[in-house]
Amino acid sequence: MDNVIRRRTPGARLARAALYAVLIVAALFYLLPLVIMLLTSIKPLDEIGAGTLLALPQHPTLAPWITAWGEACTGMRCEGVGGYFWNSFAIVIPAVAISTVVGALNGYALTKWRFRGSELVFALMLFGCFIPFQVVLLPMAQTLGWLGLSSSRAGLVLVHVVFGIAFTTLFFRNFYVAVPSELVSAAKLDGAGFFRIFWRILLPVSAPIIVVSVIWQFTQIWNDFLFGVAFSAHDTQPVTVALNNLVNTSTGVKEYNVNMAAAMIAALPTLVVYVLAGKYFVRGLTAGSVKG
Amino acid sequence: MRSLLRFPLKKTLLGLAVTGAVASSPVQAGEVEVLHWWTSGGEARAANVLKELMEAEGHTWKDFAVAGGGGETAMTVLKSRAMSGNPPSAAQIKGPEIQEWGDLGLLGNLDDVAKAEGWDSLLPEVVANIMRHDGHYVAVPVNVHRVNWLWANPQVLDEAGVEVPTSIDEMFEIADDLREVGVIPLAHGGQPWQDATVFETVVLAEAGSDFYRRALVELDPEALNSETMIDALTTFKRMRTLMDDGMSGRDWNIATSMVIGGQAAMQLMGDWAKGEFTAAGLTPGEDYVCVPAPGTESAFTFNIDSLAMFQASDEEAQAAQDDLARLVLEPTFQEAFNLAKGSIPARADLDMSAFDSCAQRSMADFKATSENGGLVPSMAHGMAVRASVQGAIFDVVTNFFNDPDMSPEAAAERLANAGSSLL
Amino acid sequence: MSTSLSPARAARAPAKRSALGTLSDWLPRLVLAPSIAVSLFFVYGFMIWTFVLSLTNSRMLPSYDFVGFAQYAQLMANDRWWVAASNLVVFGGLFVGICLVLGAGLAILLDQRIRQEGSLRTIYLYPMALSFIVTGVVWKWLLNPSLGLQAMVRGWGFESFTFDWLVNPDMAVYTLVIAAVWQASGFVMALFLAGLRGIDDSIIKAAQLDGASLPRIYARVVMPCLRPVVFSAVMILSHIAIKSFDLVVALTGGGPGYASDLPATFMYTHAFTRAQIGLGSASAMLMLGGVLAILIPYLYSELRSRRHG
Repeated sequence: MDNVIRRRTPGARLARAALYAVLIVAALFYLLPLVIMLLTSIKPLDEIGAGTLLALPQHPTLAPWITAWGEACTGMRCEGVGGYFWNSFAIVIPAVAISTVVGALNGYALTKWRFRGSELVFALMLFGCFIPFQVVLLPMAQTLGWLGLSSSRAGLVLVHVVFGIAFTTLFFRNFYVAVPSELVSAAKLDGAGFFRIFWRILLPVSAPIIVVSVIWQFTQIWNDFLFGVAFSAHDTQPVTVALNNLVNTSTGVKEYNVNMAAAMIAALPTLVVYVLAGKYFVRGLTAGSVKG
Repeated sequence: MRSLLRFPLKKTLLGLAVTGAVASSPVQAGEVEVLHWWTSGGEARAANVLKELMEAEGHTWKDFAVAGGGGETAMTVLKSRAMSGNPPSAAQIKGPEIQEWGDLGLLGNLDDVAKAEGWDSLLPEVVANIMRHDGHYVAVPVNVHRVNWLWANPQVLDEAGVEVPTSIDEMFEIADDLREVGVIPLAHGGQPWQDATVFETVVLAEAGSDFYRRALVELDPEALNSETMIDALTTFKRMRTLMDDGMSGRDWNIATSMVIGGQAAMQLMGDWAKGEFTAAGLTPGEDYVCVPAPGTESAFTFNIDSLAMFQASDEEAQAAQDDLARLVLEPTFQEAFNLAKGSIPARADLDMSAFDSCAQRSMADFKATSENGGLVPSMAHGMAVRASVQGAIFDVVTNFFNDPDMSPEAAAERLANAGSSLL
Repeated sequence: MSTSLSPARAARAPAKRSALGTLSDWLPRLVLAPSIAVSLFFVYGFMIWTFVLSLTNSRMLPSYDFVGFAQYAQLMANDRWWVAASNLVVFGGLFVGICLVLGAGLAILLDQRIRQEGSLRTIYLYPMALSFIVTGVVWKWLLNPSLGLQAMVRGWGFESFTFDWLVNPDMAVYTLVIAAVWQASGFVMALFLAGLRGIDDSIIKAAQLDGASLPRIYARVVMPCLRPVVFSAVMILSHIAIKSFDLVVALTGGGPGYASDLPATFMYTHAFTRAQIGLGSASAMLMLGGVLAILIPYLYSELRSRRHG
């Protein structure tokens, strides 16, 4: 598939130059907002209003980053966004782990142990992806109250798991569909049970799709603001709430450099995940994608 | 709804009662979780005074700040917390919304502290009425904002050779001179609430406070769909000619910074704008001018922030709430907070010498207008009508302002519908 | 990422039914049961609850004071609702369409043995990692005529360059498309790239030997193989389009006026900001109905055609 335009004729060279040009222009389009954020975050405040967005800083400074991390006010606490990181991780890690495990088991059961109505079950769960979160806010609040989980981390984890398993099930189901069933059938004949087959046959080949599921869930949950703000208490707020308090404050002087630095700090974990695991991401999608 | 809420509420009460019993100390020390949207640096520092006062009395302050859209996000959080039967002890709620929360039976009672502190005499009647539900105090006022201010850059006006306008007509008259020196006459941000702020100010200027009250507070359809309203709408749309093209979606403080920087000459905005001027190191009367919005000298559109108290679970919590309510009105906090916020204290008996000339004028006008009937609630800031009606009016106003084809007659008719047709 | 139904049929019938066999027949269902229960309660239960609320005159918090279909009647008469609904059609259509074209295009280009493919791929993909709470401000700057692109290009000497979509009521919704495409198209690219890598080289070689031109090979041979990818991409993109909320709030706030409102923001504004939970619920139900009306036929035809193909 990848040796299509490779003949070394002048025309082909021109085509390759054009190819690179297009790719680089596209890259610039995608990078533009990030570059502006980065430039703004290292400018002193008085330079921001003065120059254009892409103007290089005259006196670059790291002060906004330091302020954003440890000093900016997010309400009456002026401790920056740094302290909220722990809250976010405490929510994200269990929620990602649980929803991935559940999704894997679901996908396995739906593909290798089909039963009457399993397609319907899948369709029903799939539709869960499409319910707007604003709709579920109030009933969810009520339910969490009933469960005694309101304003707790456990409650937030539950919410994220509940609305995450639709996607993780989708990922794993589509991946396992492509895993040859003959192995599973043979194992069944040998008397291997449900979990044993999963553990011995499916799990060892699941690494790519686990990466996909983890990346997806990590991004979704880390970036969530609505649930994070509605179902947390004063001491369990995730970092997006702190960021929102910085960025969306409507009175007082807007310290754009600090806002941008805070925004980038808050986005760092997801960015790191994408950069480090991006390769596996595409690989995982490949493995599960088109073999239908 | 009430019955639904009661069950989880009781459970929380029980839980808190247990912890309270363990942690009881001679000075009834409780904790208050306060939901608010004082998130900007200046506000936060000012509100911190309250936190320190509370802590000095031995209470614990749990801070729950949520910024966004003038408290919209915070209100969503509050509803979600109320649904889960776990509301905070106190929340920044204002205007008619206090009544709605009161109707749901969720608010506590501050009558004891109100009586002990003499709120009935301390608070102006207009303010006290908003804080009471069904005759009982349920909330405590934090400050009084004046909405109908005009902020102007005197250097720019001088350069163009014009005076600070005293009527809407004069604003139009000086516009050409200002344009000639390359200045935008009126800085504005095209967000619905800002459009509505200009709109209500124009109505007040063109038709006076009695008409304002009839139309935008009592929602009299005859006033809303009247010749007077049509004239006011026409003038309102004409205000567009004073503004620039880039206004859409602009935050109000960006508009203020245009006045500070001299790109624009004036802005119609509430007194929270003062914080921007102060932060830029400017002095009122010299570097910038604050005057009542042209044509509204004898009126005062108020916007009052308040903290409403949710039903306390036990004595400690009740004591903490009472102390919080008392401390909010104490001079220490009133002065510190309002100096930072640009507003004036909610009690009329304080010495205003620490405040600047704008705030002093505001206080004088507040007292005068509460006598002569010029004191009106701000529709644009949720003090006059229910949120649903306010939203419907916003839709008409902002749509009319942005749609070149919509006639003032049609807008007036839709205003009348907006005021009456909601379920 | 495909949702193909064809294989794995063989897995269905274990040869013997021992006592263990019955248990393992039930085990999959037991494993799925919690997820099914959770879906039924948290998705379908909440939908029913929302439907019930749409028949009441709930204001600030839910109440059970039934008013029949009055909220729906009011919604039908609400100008703003129609703006929001038609915006979703425009926004959703353009967003999904452009993302597919751009994603597929970039994937094809990136699949030509490009140097630095890894870096480029990461660059295209990273916007998906950021929420609009983070990037909204920058986009607002970029699109603002007096601050962003327009000012920049004019600064380079093109005085008449105009890019004022953000402030133009007729065009504001397209600014949402730009930012949304920026965020999601890289992800679609990754899907397509993965799909391309999964195609058997021999099919293409065969087509090349037949003398087919390159564009023709892509159009006739490669693209049909990528149908499952398109399906997955459409599902994910339409899910993003329908849920677009942060984007609108951060970028346009629904303005100018309410010209760029979308159903999700309409619903939120009415249910929460304006204390009209009844009306907000009615709009949510119509929104879900619309989603169903579009998705079910698509799902059905996709799954069906694949079963027979």
